[in-house]
Amino acid sequence: MQPTSHAFKENAREALGNANLQKALTLMRSGFPERRAAAIARLPEFEALREEAKAIKNHVLEHLDFYLETFEQQVTARGGQVHWCRTPQEARETVLAICRRLDAKTVTKGKTMIAEEIALNDYLEENGVTPVETDLGEYIIQIRKEYPSHVIAPAIHLVKEQVAASFRATHTELDPNRRLEDAPTLVAEARAVLRQKFLAADVGITGANFCIAETGSTIIVTNEGNGDLTQTLTKAHIVLASLEKLVPTLEDVSTILRVLARSATGQEFSTYTTVSTGPRRPEDTDGPGEFHVVFLDNGRSAMLGTEFQDMLRCIRCGACMNHCPVYATVGGHAYGWVYPGPMGAVLTPTLVGVAEAGHLPNASTFCGRCESVCPMKIPLPKMMRHWREREFEKQLSPAAYRYGLKLWAFFASHPPLYQAATALMTRLLGWFGGPRGRFRSLPLAQGWTQGRDMPAPEGRSFMSLWAERRKNGDAA
Amino acid sequence: MSEARDQILGSIRRSLKRGPLEETQRAGLEQRLAAPRRNLVPARAAALPHAAQIDLFLKMAEEVQTTVMRVARVGDVPAAVADYLSQRNLPSRLVMTPDPQLDDIPWGDRPMLEIRRGRAEDRDQVGVTACFAGIAETGTLMLVSGPESPTRNNFLPETHIVVVRGKQVVASYEEGWTRLREKAMPRTVNFITGPSRTGDIEQRLELGAHGPRRLHIVLIDDEAAS
Repeated sequence: MQPTSHAFKENAREALGNANLQKALTLMRSGFPERRAAAIARLPEFEALREEAKAIKNHVLEHLDFYLETFEQQVTARGGQVHWCRTPQEARETVLAICRRLDAKTVTKGKTMIAEEIALNDYLEENGVTPVETDLGEYIIQIRKEYPSHVIAPAIHLVKEQVAASFRATHTELDPNRRLEDAPTLVAEARAVLRQKFLAADVGITGANFCIAETGSTIIVTNEGNGDLTQTLTKAHIVLASLEKLVPTLEDVSTILRVLARSATGQEFSTYTTVSTGPRRPEDTDGPGEFHVVFLDNGRSAMLGTEFQDMLRCIRCGACMNHCPVYATVGGHAYGWVYPGPMGAVLTPTLVGVAEAGHLPNASTFCGRCESVCPMKIPLPKMMRHWREREFEKQLSPAAYRYGLKLWAFFASHPPLYQAATALMTRLLGWFGGPRGRFRSLPLAQGWTQGRDMPAPEGRSFMSLWAERRKNGDAA
Repeated sequence: MSEARDQILGSIRRSLKRGPLEETQRAGLEQRLAAPRRNLVPARAAALPHAAQIDLFLKMAEEVQTTVMRVARVGDVPAAVADYLSQRNLPSRLVMTPDPQLDDIPWGDRPMLEIRRGRAEDRDQVGVTACFAGIAETGTLMLVSGPESPTRNNFLPETHIVVVRGKQVVASYEEGWTRLREKAMPRTVNFITGPSRTGDIEQRLELGAHGPRRLHIVLIDDEAAS
């Protein structure tokens, strides 16, 4: 899809005025964080597991070439095939070629962020293959021609009335007078409609939460069971995975799984954790006849060894966005591409360029909640700062901002000048503020005063107060 | 696409500022894979005696809307299944995997149960399977695919009844892996924790999204026998 991250400010303004979105976000703000906190409180080892999970992923990244090669050997030894793709285009072509060879008319899809990243659905449709999303949230946004607004809850921006309207518009073969007003009836209708799609599909595409080097297995984690029907009932199972999904052993993945569900939905364990190894065995009575793993690089190998390497530990749990005050205010679509929230603010500039996505690392209050809840301890605010530095170096930020920052830097590196200037400004502003003590508007600060008054300083700067206290000897 | 493969691996090595790994390093990593070590396993289940692990397994399963029934003997299973179905007005026609683990159950004692053994189809509303292990830590069932245990039987029927033996209950996922390593890795390993669910509509929990709406465990207390 075409990113609209450059329009973050406009997107955000629109989001603030969208009543349905604001209602949906209110539901999210309390739900996910409370459930996560409760799940973690029940597991005393959670912090220790986080450290272990982080160490496992760091170990993998340092030896990623070895683990990828070993994984490929294991997949091949069990009758599967690994495909290596440098770009989204190569990945799309690889998937289409498999579908064409199997003469596939429809493919069912489990939830995969890589498919969103490479805009696979549009490509398959253009080439005569019908993709059907089967995760309920993904299905809803597919029929609405939208993209996900959250990595684990793609339709979290919608309210049930919008879902009902979309179902009525799409399922035209059903009785138009049917009741469809609550979640149970909507879920039941989706179940019935999609069950037939599962049974009719030729190829099943899923993502991979993890790829296990030891056994050549891929793992998906779901709650609905859609990924399982997708990969079990079709002629071929195609797994889309990015390079960093590798994990050495089944023991290692058990450790990471313990932090994943708790961080994501606050569940002790997701309903379905499924380990797939190769195609169906000769005596099996079901399972896919072919097993393909399509690896996508798309700039990830170049992230290794840089200040963004830690981002490759991400397991896409969504905890960072669930706890982000910016995400909770504007939702996922404002970020303008498939990865929203703090993890998107770091990853999107890598994948689509900082010129397009430079606003995203700026859309942060640096409150640090994202890093504090990240199960893989990814220093998200630090990496957003790196992007801000790069944006500054590339002169992508507006001129007024850059010159302002340079002016500030000049004063800040000359402390006596800085103190004199701030003392003067403080007094002046305090005086102009008058008896109300606040400003309705201020030159160069309309961004602030448009939404609220700016309090006027009360006459003295912190530094002069501090100096006075020290002189009086009462600064302990 | 071996060109793409070489380029990707080359790019990884360039970024890591090194060439292919030295033989000794490779050997170390291969050893790590050949003899997998357990990481930290939470004490929650691992520290308990086996009888308490079984209790925990059932308690954790019930927390995620799995229903459970304990029976003393293999011979009690048909009645437990029949009662479960009749209490919920569910059909007594069921599909059962051809799993030899279910062969010693005297299904004939309940002639009202209409049993077909084989692969589940879309029309099957109730399914019975065995399992590979029960994980006490989170009330999770571990099922493996094979000629006698097709994966689709775990997902197509709206009601999934799983027969678990007490001795199949282990503390952790790691213990499940250890048991599985004694056999060959199957095509599919399913860890199932409760019935299918979704929160995709306004974050409201709804059961039965695509997989079973009901998950029922019949646990045979066979500790004394084992």
